[in-house]
Amino acid sequence: MSLLEVKGLEVHYGGIRAVKGIDLRVEGGELVCLIGANGAGKSSTLKAICGLVSRSGSVSYAGMDTAGTPVHELPRKGLVMVPEGRGIFPQLTVAENLAMGAYARNDASINEDIGRQYDMFPRLKERRAQTAGTLSGGEQQMLAMGRALMARPKLLLLDEPSMGLAPMLVAKIFEIVRDIARQGVTILLVEQNAKLALEIASRGYVMESGAVTLADEARKLLAEPKVREAYLGEEAGA
Amino acid sequence: MDIFLQQMVNGLTLGAVYAVVALGYTMVYGIIQLINFAHGEVVMIGAMVAFTVINLLAAGGLPPLAVVLVGTACAIPVCMLVSYTVERLAYRPLRRAPRLAPLITAIGASIILQHLAMLVWSRNVLAFPQIIPLKTFSFLGATVTGVQLAILGICAAIMCGLAGLVYRTRLGRSMRATAQNPQVAGLMGVDINRVIAATFVIGAGLAAVAGVMVGTYYGVAQYTMGSILGLKAFAAAVLGGIGNVPGAMVGGLLLGVVEALGAGYIGDITDLCRYGPLARAVGERCADGGHFVLFGSNYQDVFAFVVLILVLVFRPSGLLGERVGDRA
Repeated sequence: MSLLEVKGLEVHYGGIRAVKGIDLRVEGGELVCLIGANGAGKSSTLKAICGLVSRSGSVSYAGMDTAGTPVHELPRKGLVMVPEGRGIFPQLTVAENLAMGAYARNDASINEDIGRQYDMFPRLKERRAQTAGTLSGGEQQMLAMGRALMARPKLLLLDEPSMGLAPMLVAKIFEIVRDIARQGVTILLVEQNAKLALEIASRGYVMESGAVTLADEARKLLAEPKVREAYLGEEAGA
Repeated sequence: MDIFLQQMVNGLTLGAVYAVVALGYTMVYGIIQLINFAHGEVVMIGAMVAFTVINLLAAGGLPPLAVVLVGTACAIPVCMLVSYTVERLAYRPLRRAPRLAPLITAIGASIILQHLAMLVWSRNVLAFPQIIPLKTFSFLGATVTGVQLAILGICAAIMCGLAGLVYRTRLGRSMRATAQNPQVAGLMGVDINRVIAATFVIGAGLAAVAGVMVGTYYGVAQYTMGSILGLKAFAAAVLGGIGNVPGAMVGGLLLGVVEALGAGYIGDITDLCRYGPLARAVGERCADGGHFVLFGSNYQDVFAFVVLILVLVFRPSGLLGERVGDRA
């Protein structure tokens, strides 16, 4: 049984079909990426999985249909999303942001986990008493990931973690994503930076104007001429 | 100087009550950007319920303090229920509507509550039974009554308690998170409908206490008392920076002081007989120490709104409003 199984997912915004009936699955322990150009429907797919936008089709998580499950129940079941644009709470301190990540938890080891995030992201420790709005873009992305990990996710949905970051930071963020995956967290990664995403993922889906056009192992997609041409910036036949 | 100190004491007392009411406005605004115009009516209902209970118990021989406490203890849950109901029925269905729709709904809710109160408690001015013995203390030439001291003490305790709740507890943290980004708060596991309802209910509890304090302070209650009080507390919230909890406290106290000092001095300042040429123009009215006062202390209510207009013109974000550096 797949951890996440999406069938015939459709998203409409008014009269516009942003996602046109896609199928997608993520097995436990996998790092799967969903790549495609701006406006291809990647973010809408993630939002629809969490029920942030109304959808049709079926989404089942850990064998359970999530239709009708309110958004705030998902982290209790281990499904956590880091939204596009990071979505940190700008006027809460770094420490408070991390504590918010553990909102759905009710155990005694929350403080221990905060310590673990500080070990992973030492910059956050230095800035733990600062309001999150004063952090740089890269630090905010780290905070968003650390906060998501505070929920002890089984499945982590990452929406464009490299967006708006300097190239050096982008590489760092992808390293972190790979580290998180190695710790056993299943990840569905949405990215415009197709090359980096495919390099760390085991499988990938390519989306074009609301539909999945290719689905394969990441290394095969990396070698696929159509992908190289459209997303890796190479000339056809080069 | 005596007048100054006396007006300061009166102003701080009044301001503390404004602050407690303003907290209700500012918390709701902070979390869903709605100006809950029905909040003033919740204060009124608190005063009315307390009036009914205190009236019933006044003859029973209980100690006065116990009577007032029971009155408050009854007012709080009633106000919470009223506010919860208004949120659930009038505001929640409009959560995703354009902002003008819930604003107009709030005005409508205010009118409905006011008229329901009129049906229950009549149009009359209701006089609270004088059960609290008038005790006065002298402080540097100003007179402070026991009720004033009690109001100041209770308001200080409420403000500390609320600050603790907002900044130190899990609920407070989830309230602030919801205010900043409701969608992400939901993704973190916050049931934002519950947090928003809790915000309304907490504000209503404060409003109930404020209503009892106003009722016992002035000794009267009427179904219309909520609108002017509500508007002043709203002005206090805007003065401090709407959406900002410490701002509401500062704004309330400041507005109370401005109002009391204004009322205390406006008569003197606008007495034409004090100004030589004007006094001659006015003529015999000034003879033998007479006065020709343009604006008397009955203009007290004007000050809050003058302050509101000045703030909106010169510093729309209020005294402690949104610090720009925090914007992500």
